[in-house]
Amino acid sequence: MLIDTLQALAAGLLVGGTYGLMCVGLGIIFGVMRVVNFAHGDFMMLGMYAAYYLVTGFGVLAFLGPYAGPIVGAVLAGPIVFAVGWLLHRFLIAQVTGARVVTAEAEGHYAQIILTLGIALVLANGSLILFGSQPVSVQTPLSRQSWEVGEILLNQARTVAFVLAILCTVLLYLFMARTTLGKALRAAADNPIAAAYVGVDVDKCHRFAFGLGVGITAVAGGLIASTQSFQPYIGFDFVIVMYAGVVLGGLGSILGAFWGGLTIGVVQQMSTLILPYQLQNTAIFVVFLLIVFFRPSGIFGRVTERT
Amino acid sequence: MRRRGATAHTIAIALFAGAYLLLGLIVSNSYYQLIMTLVLLWATMGLAWNMLSGYSGLISFGHAVFFGLGGYTMTIAFVKFGVTPWFGIPLGVVVGVLAGIVIGLATFRLRGHYFALAMLAYPLAMLYVFEWLGYQEVTLPMMRDEPARYAQFADSRVYMALALALMVVCMLVSHKVERSRFGKSLLAIKQNEPAAEAAGIDALSWKMRAMMVSAAMAAAAGGLYAVVLLVVTPQSMFGMLVSAQALVVSLFGGVGVLWGPVIGAVILVPLAETLHAELAHIVPGIQGVVYGVAIIIIMLSAPDGIYWRIHDRIAVRRAKPYPPFPSLAFPPPQAGEHWVGAEGSSTSARVHGAAGAPLLVLDGVGRAFGGLKAVDDASLTVVEGMIHGIIGPNGAGKTTLFNVINGFLRPNAGRISFAGSNLVSLKPHAVCRLGIGRTFQVVRAFPRMTVLENVIVGAYVHAATDAEAERNAYVALARVGLADAQAHAMAGTLTTKQLRLMELARALASRPRLLLLDETLAGLGHDELVDMLAIIRQVNREGVTIVIIEHTMHAMVKLAERFSVLDHGRLIAEGPPAEVVKNPAVIEAYLGRKWMDRAQDTLA
Repeated sequence: MLIDTLQALAAGLLVGGTYGLMCVGLGIIFGVMRVVNFAHGDFMMLGMYAAYYLVTGFGVLAFLGPYAGPIVGAVLAGPIVFAVGWLLHRFLIAQVTGARVVTAEAEGHYAQIILTLGIALVLANGSLILFGSQPVSVQTPLSRQSWEVGEILLNQARTVAFVLAILCTVLLYLFMARTTLGKALRAAADNPIAAAYVGVDVDKCHRFAFGLGVGITAVAGGLIASTQSFQPYIGFDFVIVMYAGVVLGGLGSILGAFWGGLTIGVVQQMSTLILPYQLQNTAIFVVFLLIVFFRPSGIFGRVTERT
Repeated sequence: MRRRGATAHTIAIALFAGAYLLLGLIVSNSYYQLIMTLVLLWATMGLAWNMLSGYSGLISFGHAVFFGLGGYTMTIAFVKFGVTPWFGIPLGVVVGVLAGIVIGLATFRLRGHYFALAMLAYPLAMLYVFEWLGYQEVTLPMMRDEPARYAQFADSRVYMALALALMVVCMLVSHKVERSRFGKSLLAIKQNEPAAEAAGIDALSWKMRAMMVSAAMAAAAGGLYAVVLLVVTPQSMFGMLVSAQALVVSLFGGVGVLWGPVIGAVILVPLAETLHAELAHIVPGIQGVVYGVAIIIIMLSAPDGIYWRIHDRIAVRRAKPYPPFPSLAFPPPQAGEHWVGAEGSSTSARVHGAAGAPLLVLDGVGRAFGGLKAVDDASLTVVEGMIHGIIGPNGAGKTTLFNVINGFLRPNAGRISFAGSNLVSLKPHAVCRLGIGRTFQVVRAFPRMTVLENVIVGAYVHAATDAEAERNAYVALARVGLADAQAHAMAGTLTTKQLRLMELARALASRPRLLLLDETLAGLGHDELVDMLAIIRQVNREGVTIVIIEHTMHAMVKLAERFSVLDHGRLIAEGPPAEVVKNPAVIEAYLGRKWMDRAQDTLA
């Protein structure tokens, strides 16, 4: 029993690391733009397929060998999806976000939620058309090997993904904290109007943040692609996972989002100790609902309205 | 006029249903008949979504949860216990409504994004539960002996007629809701929930009713859908596409109006189904892409949907003459007539300095935000029939004091009583019901309703019928002088003064004994200010006690009979204006020496 618990905890931490990275990506978009991006899970799915086609499908990265290839593929999924996100923001999402709707706050939110839902439907079903419904995964020998720590087994692919996820999160944290661009992003998040007055191009910041957010999540997707099989509809399963993490970690905090995702991973794996395997996502939904109900103060940011 | 409008809609619904039925009877191809049935079922789903999200503005991404429960309840009752769908579908509706109550109780605490996200989680959680329970694919058994008893008809036109009947019922219900205080209250909540609460609308209760009606419609649609298709799967009943479809047909056709979902379904469902049938074997997922693209195009080009696009265009072309103001339908208010009728004491003859009975009593009231004490140990008595001014520097806690009195905020300490009833921990609508109306520092209108409708919303709290509410609203508008031309203007088009008057009328329509006016004079020009003062005095003369926050000192000195001065959350002085303005502490905290020097002669 103890071993089972420790094993589930270890698995939860490993899975949670990549969840954490996903949540960081969503947290940037939510934090900087205050936009609920419903399509976020589908951008992650795009990252998975980007890694898959780079490594296994077209075999562009085959020369790197079975170990380095999947890792490089996952990292390269970032810039590819960044470009997709940047373009979608430029032509679609910018129409309902940023300076245009800064005055019409609530109405802007509805438009954003629904527009990104439309994008989600197009991405998921468009991917079904392009990539087919057959589940695939990125082939690497790591996913079949484990390291043994005492009696605990650590899947090598997941461990590598975990380490890379932490590395990316740290790099991103440093980028936001230290660089001028990162500071501009945070300024645009805090107060878009004031940021515009002091010369920050808010729309440009939002576009970059959107690309960055989906790109980061795509890297996480690329890492997961070598640990499990996936199909074009996988995005919807992860949307709630990601929102649960971001909300748990508190709005606008990058490290908070990471810890939130990590916790969700642990909850998911630990739930298999008491619940049937099929219900692990239901466990996450329940946790998500509990978080939203009992910790709304960290969610709304501003609770009292000025009357 | 309104009655005739109501009949016109009913006739339109009947004509549409008749034409649709005729078309359905002519069509012989069973596949086209199926599509015609699906159009009706998705229109019903859209009406269900519209009932909650369209009218109240709480976007639901999870209506599949009701659809799925309706469908699975019917199916399981049929397969496991041999219950006929004629009974199974109503059973599913009951289950759906119960789920709606549970979900509503849990989820109405949330707003905006969080409501939408939480709603998304319910059907997805159910989807996994039903998969785990082993209901991956449940087929309805064929009942060849008694087809009618088990709603299995060889002629698929019968299904079409059933779906049509269901949709017409849902349309009539929606129509009834739109016309009544139910719908108007939901619209008010959508446009400004705090204002609606302060005007006496019990937001939670109306939202819950909307959720229940909405869940019933969706569950019925789900049950009939399963009867028509003879098979249920978790994906087809609880899947994301179900919720999305309900939302898309409504958004596409028009939000917040009963024709919207119908228009949306009539256009989109045949399109997607045809694409699916023709192309699904070559390009799977084409249906989802079409819906996705439809959402994107609609959000970017006509965010309110097709109905409103056409509606606005027609409305511009022929500007409707408004019905004449029915001033003869009721006796004009007499000067001195008591606003609250018999129950109020007759202090209407206002005598300066005469002490009436205490109406509002605050005793040691405190409210802190973290470490900041916005209101600290405030004790205050407002005497019935008086105009009581509250002054103090910005940030002194004046508005917070109002928010504590009318129930937006709970005090951390102290007691508040109004005409003998305790106010602490009452919600704003309950405070309003007791007889306290208020206006806001920044006017909170329902911008997309007419002036009259804004005021009608305020009148519901003490009106037994909708007609009475309308009558009271006209009276209130007449009292502030907005009854004529402006009554049918959209609130969003008014000037500051008109907005302030409208808000005052909305508060008056709830027949208050006490009015809380928060900077009602702010932003007014000199002449406007004179008008406003006259109206406030008149209202007071008619028996309404008034507490007013104001910075315009020269107006306040003339208006109020008593001043309370707040500074840093504490009451530092109270008394007749002439005394208070000479109080050194008040001069120090708020007025400043210069004001004193200048005001010396006016007060002398």
